Amino acid sequence: MSVSVENAGSAGSAGPAAVAAQAPDAPGGTEAAEETAQALRPHAEDAFAAELAALAAHDDRPRPARWLLSPWAVATYLLGGTLPDGTVITPKYVGPRRIVEVAVTTLATDRALLLLGVPGTAKTWVSEHLAAAVSGDSTLLVQGTAGTPEEAIRYGWNYAQLLAHGPSRDALVPSPVMRAMSEGMTARVEELTRIPADVQDTLITILSEKTLPIPELGQEVQAVRGFNLIATANDRDRGVNDLSSALRRRFNTVVLPLPESADAEVDIVSRRVDQIGRSLDLPAGPEGIDEIRRVVTVFRELRAGVTADGRTKVKSPSGTLSTAEAISVVTNGLALAAHFGDGVLRPGDVAAGILGAVVRDPAADRVIWQEYLEAVVRERDGWKDFYRACREVSA
Amino acid sequence: MTAATRGTAGAGSRTEGPLLLGVRHHGPGSARAVRAALDAAQPRVLLVEGPPEADGLVELAAEDGMRPPVALLAHVVDEPGRSAFWPLAEFSPEWVAIRWAVRRGVPVRFMDLPAAHTLALGREEPGDGTEAAPGAPGLAGAPESAEAAEGSVRIDPLGALAEAAGYDDPERWWEDVVEHRAGGDDAYAPFEALGDAMGALRETYGSGGHDRDLLREAYMRLQVRAAQREFGAADVAVVCGAWHVPALRQKTSVSADRALLKGLPKVKVDMTWVPWTHRRLSRHSGYGAGIDSPGWYGHLFGAPDRPVERWLTKVARLLREEDRIVSSAHVIEAVRLADTLAVMRGRPLPGLTETMDAVRAVLCEGSDVPLALVHDRLVVGDVLGEVPESAPAVPLQRDLTRAQRRLRLKPEALEREVELDLRKDTDAARSRLLHRLRLLGVAWGEPVASRGSTGTFRETWRLRWEPELSVRVAEAGVWGTTVLGAATAKAAADAAEAPALADVTALAERCLLAELPEALPVVMRVLADRAALDADVGHLAQALPALVRSMRYGDVRGTDTGALGEVARGLAERVFVGLPPACAGLDADAAAAMRGHIDAVHVAVGLLGDLSVRGEGDGPGGADPDDGDTGWGGRSRWARVLRGLVEGERVAGAVRGRCARLLMDDGSLEEGEAARFMRLALSPGTEPAEAAAWIEGFVGGGAGGGMLLVHDERLLGLVDQWLTRVSGDAFVDVLPLLRRTFAAYEPGVRRTLGELVRRGPGRPGAAPSASGTPGFAADLDRDRADAVLPMLGLLLGLGDHLADGPAEKSGAGGAGPTGRGAAGQDGAVDGGAGRNGNWLVGAA
Repeated sequence: MSVSVENAGSAGSAGPAAVAAQAPDAPGGTEAAEETAQALRPHAEDAFAAELAALAAHDDRPRPARWLLSPWAVATYLLGGTLPDGTVITPKYVGPRRIVEVAVTTLATDRALLLLGVPGTAKTWVSEHLAAAVSGDSTLLVQGTAGTPEEAIRYGWNYAQLLAHGPSRDALVPSPVMRAMSEGMTARVEELTRIPADVQDTLITILSEKTLPIPELGQEVQAVRGFNLIATANDRDRGVNDLSSALRRRFNTVVLPLPESADAEVDIVSRRVDQIGRSLDLPAGPEGIDEIRRVVTVFRELRAGVTADGRTKVKSPSGTLSTAEAISVVTNGLALAAHFGDGVLRPGDVAAGILGAVVRDPAADRVIWQEYLEAVVRERDGWKDFYRACREVSA
Repeated sequence: MTAATRGTAGAGSRTEGPLLLGVRHHGPGSARAVRAALDAAQPRVLLVEGPPEADGLVELAAEDGMRPPVALLAHVVDEPGRSAFWPLAEFSPEWVAIRWAVRRGVPVRFMDLPAAHTLALGREEPGDGTEAAPGAPGLAGAPESAEAAEGSVRIDPLGALAEAAGYDDPERWWEDVVEHRAGGDDAYAPFEALGDAMGALRETYGSGGHDRDLLREAYMRLQVRAAQREFGAADVAVVCGAWHVPALRQKTSVSADRALLKGLPKVKVDMTWVPWTHRRLSRHSGYGAGIDSPGWYGHLFGAPDRPVERWLTKVARLLREEDRIVSSAHVIEAVRLADTLAVMRGRPLPGLTETMDAVRAVLCEGSDVPLALVHDRLVVGDVLGEVPESAPAVPLQRDLTRAQRRLRLKPEALEREVELDLRKDTDAARSRLLHRLRLLGVAWGEPVASRGSTGTFRETWRLRWEPELSVRVAEAGVWGTTVLGAATAKAAADAAEAPALADVTALAERCLLAELPEALPVVMRVLADRAALDADVGHLAQALPALVRSMRYGDVRGTDTGALGEVARGLAERVFVGLPPACAGLDADAAAAMRGHIDAVHVAVGLLGDLSVRGEGDGPGGADPDDGDTGWGGRSRWARVLRGLVEGERVAGAVRGRCARLLMDDGSLEEGEAARFMRLALSPGTEPAEAAAWIEGFVGGGAGGGMLLVHDERLLGLVDQWLTRVSGDAFVDVLPLLRRTFAAYEPGVRRTLGELVRRGPGRPGAAPSASGTPGFAADLDRDRADAVLPMLGLLLGLGDHLADGPAEKSGAGGAGPTGRGAAGQDGAVDGGAGRNGNWLVGAA
């Protein structure tokens, strides 16, 4: 059994040590990498073990208690860079430097971090890599759902043990948060706002008092220095299970933005579409790029509420219109073109997809979409085909 | 340039040479350092970079009524439009130095190139820029000339230094190195270090593309020498942009400097103090002094200690006032985050970036909306300066006086009325002046309703000059130096702040009346933005008629209304799209209001179509293939919208009836279609109240409705039939509505209707006669029709043309706006359509 498998399965205490131990001898590292390559999706700390080790080796700045890297090195790990010995750190997050700096600094100040953003803005990705870089373990994870029970955040019981031997620490099943507290690690809570409000509130004591009482045993688990928590929440879920202001106060909030420039977004979309399309054996001709650019432009304009040239304002529909949705619109269009068209992505292939993505609320969004069509699309040079196609599907 | 290093290297040492205090304009750190250095040196004379013409005004700086931000304003005596500003904020080093000197009775002299030359040079080389000094231009940089445009390639000295230090943002570098430095023991040290750095820079870059600086520096050197002769070298203190320090240290001969300055062009210049605002200091506005965050700098300068803690407390207070929940615990966490961020970024103290990052993450929960508020209110700030009454008159007043003399329009306290005929040049100019003054809040004239003629070329004004209007003029001086310029700036500012869409349209109208061509695009932009975001079709429908009316005014006055038309058409498109959903599920009152909106839009769309056709041969709408009419295709789209409403299921009866009527009046309905709609609306399945509302919408409102029933017996028959079928209870319910509808008719119409009903018009089931409109004979009475033709031809200016061919009855489809009524009914216009104006084209 290799290190990495133990790593994933056993208690997190082995995690940081294992990564640190791997660092000096390169063969061990590659071996582990081969092992993890078997997994459909390896954990961040395994996939980038070599980069983390190189960063740790060169990191001479002060580290907060139980951090594997200094805050500067964590920021470099996320944003990418080149180390003095020439090791290239790949960028994990492409976006404003400010955001990563605020996020890392927040973790260093023992305040919990809340990553907000519309779907598809790499919230989970950032939180996983932050945990991997700070604690060397991104697996102390609570997935928030509408059915997440209190036990998932506090602790549960092993009922066989409980019945046989009565309440004791042995009968207690710690939650990832509890483990992170006792070992001074970074815990993660995904989709915090999906969790019912009463369950959310169990986090308040943990975050403010840094302790988790176990009244059944008359004991408590006190957080060790180094413990912190990263939560992610969906911007569009606001109002579903909104955080109580008491809980909200414990978090520093960082909003992850959508791609800043149109070119960057076109790049992301076309690359991703290419990946998906290849697995479906769909061809993408040179004309496809124009259509992708058009889809991205429409999405960006409606999202931003202003046209790309900044001259006309438009209303924003209720849908998120994230990059991920643009990808699916284009992929759909490609499939349509390949199976029912001439293989070239045409306006008609994406029009229906766009309509579906934009018009989520049949009453309000339809008006917004038509207004956009008439006020912006109709007047635009070279967009006549697209206008016609949209009129056709909107009618 | 090598002289820079050997020059008076120990600028701060009190043994030799003048005390050269190189500063960054509007830098709070520089301001503190200057104060400390002056306290330590106690010079007997102070030289400040600025126009020497202002020497006489400097005493005003100490008066009680003077509150920064203020600006020194220089303008050419006969041309107030050519002017330059030297803004000064509370935290400007120059201001601090001036106040220090004036309070102690130390003479202050401005030593820059006189504004007389600057303004004259400005005319010769337009485009000479503003940014002559390091960092922010301002008091010293070439003045913020109104005519100057950016664009010349110059080196940014701070940028070069910051880059050398590994900073990407020069502002941040300056903050770290200078502004955030805690005061050391040696009051002169910062200036020495900076002077040396600038010296090195200028060795590399020379004048750095700031060519006029050589002139200015030569003049400054002469002034410094003169002061030295008078007071002794050691007792002279100089406050100037750090960029100039090496040049002032340089040893040159007096004659060389004189030679440089020989033969400079000159104009006569007036100077005064004017109030300034923080907003105008910030980079985003026209006369910006190039600082992004005057509010933050003011705070840094004013805060006695713990600037970050105090700043975040201020932010928290602001957010609390805006009803956001912000506790002291939040502030504590924000301070911690800002401090840690500063460490992480390797800065000595949290700067504006760190504090704002902390505000966003902790106090604003990641949202940019409250952050924008903080930026607007605190980082920039609302501070408005004040100038004492004794300051010389502002140029705006002079411009006004000149205009009054030119237009022979004396300011008199006695009230009088003047009638203006806008076709005459002088009267038109008077009207413009009065309208501009009204925009500026100087209510000298009030427009009153014209007696007699109601033509658009006539205006009546009631004039009365109150003494306090002079104060108003002085206040309006903030906006500009001429009435035109000030009114333009004010209109643009008003547009940005206007609360409702209708206010913006009204403003557009006033801009046209006051003829402010430069303000109009700004107002139009705001209007287009507001229209795009306004979800209430009612607002849009209200705004459209006013806008179209403005277009017509513009037409009368020969203004270019192209932009206006574009916005109006955009607005109309939005109404077309938004109207159908907005008409669904309305109650009676809302339906009545909506009916009014639809009427107004209908008229406006008609007018707009006319204006578009006349204004531009082929509008953008020409691209739409479905459009029958020329130019903008709005009218046919509007007809489609109306038809959609008529057939709409959930649309209120009054609205449906009204739309059907509008379509019918326009001749857009097929033969018999009106009757079909009516039958549908009055069929037994419809609620009686709803049907009565339909009737009110269709035939209500004025005489035309009644005449319709008189002439179309089939429609009358339908109404009659429906009425007889309404049950007793329901009849009582619908009675008030029907009464309201029919009571509005003229007595004659009512009587005729009554007679028709008594005679029994209703053969509702009977098919209408083969060829004609109900109520008319089956065939055309040729003789009687021919008798009309000569007169019709005369009216239409067609000569005998019409008599050539016999008139034929044709379906009057898509008649032009004025082509309804006689021409549309008669259908006799086919022959002449091509020859006459385009308003007939639609009937062909």
